[in-house]
Amino acid sequence: MSQIFEYLIAAALVLGGIFGLVGSFGLVKLNDPMSRLHAPTKATTLGVGGVLIASMIHAIASEGHLSWHELLITLFLFLTAPITANFIAKAHIHRHETPQSLPPAGEDGLWATHDVPASPEAAPTAPLARD
Amino acid sequence: MILTYAIFFATGCFAIALLLNLWKIATAEGVGDRVLALDTMVINAIALLILYGLANGTEIFFEAAMIVAMLGFVSTVAYARFMLRGNIIE
Repeated sequence: MSQIFEYLIAAALVLGGIFGLVGSFGLVKLNDPMSRLHAPTKATTLGVGGVLIASMIHAIASEGHLSWHELLITLFLFLTAPITANFIAKAHIHRHETPQSLPPAGEDGLWATHDVPASPEAAPTAPLARD
Repeated sequence: MILTYAIFFATGCFAIALLLNLWKIATAEGVGDRVLALDTMVINAIALLILYGLANGTEIFFEAAMIVAMLGFVSTVAYARFMLRGNIIE
């Protein structure tokens, strides 16, 4: 393996490791539950992305062809990280916040997670102003 | 040579990150934080698996990492459902 590839892989690995460590450190350090959501979902995903980039360069340098497994894992992680963050944030809003404690949602009135009828029988009688 | 040290460094970083997640799971005050820490643990475990495969020069760990990624996603969604509704499949 030529020297330049080794330096490239080492740089990607070190960057990925630092990002992963920062993400998990932010999970411990930050105060507010919703700020804590930022660190793992963004920084840790970037850290794994750095390691996967290193692995791709390693496959190109040592075997001479592109390996698609890493791209699959990267795609899967980058697709699922926002979804899990959204689910956890939604659970937090329903468990710990009321419609009054949230910042105003603008012209919609309520935030979408709170804007549901309590039960099918108790559906809102007034038609929603949406046209 | 530098590659070996870089792999050691990244493995150490992700190992410390796993310990921090474990600390967060043990000391968090709410369920949501625990679920978040568990999700982060899964992602760090994926990184460790890929690093192990990189250090040993095998490709078998990519399949393992893929399966762990899918399991982690499904389990986090199931935990979030359970926090919201008290039920997973209704």
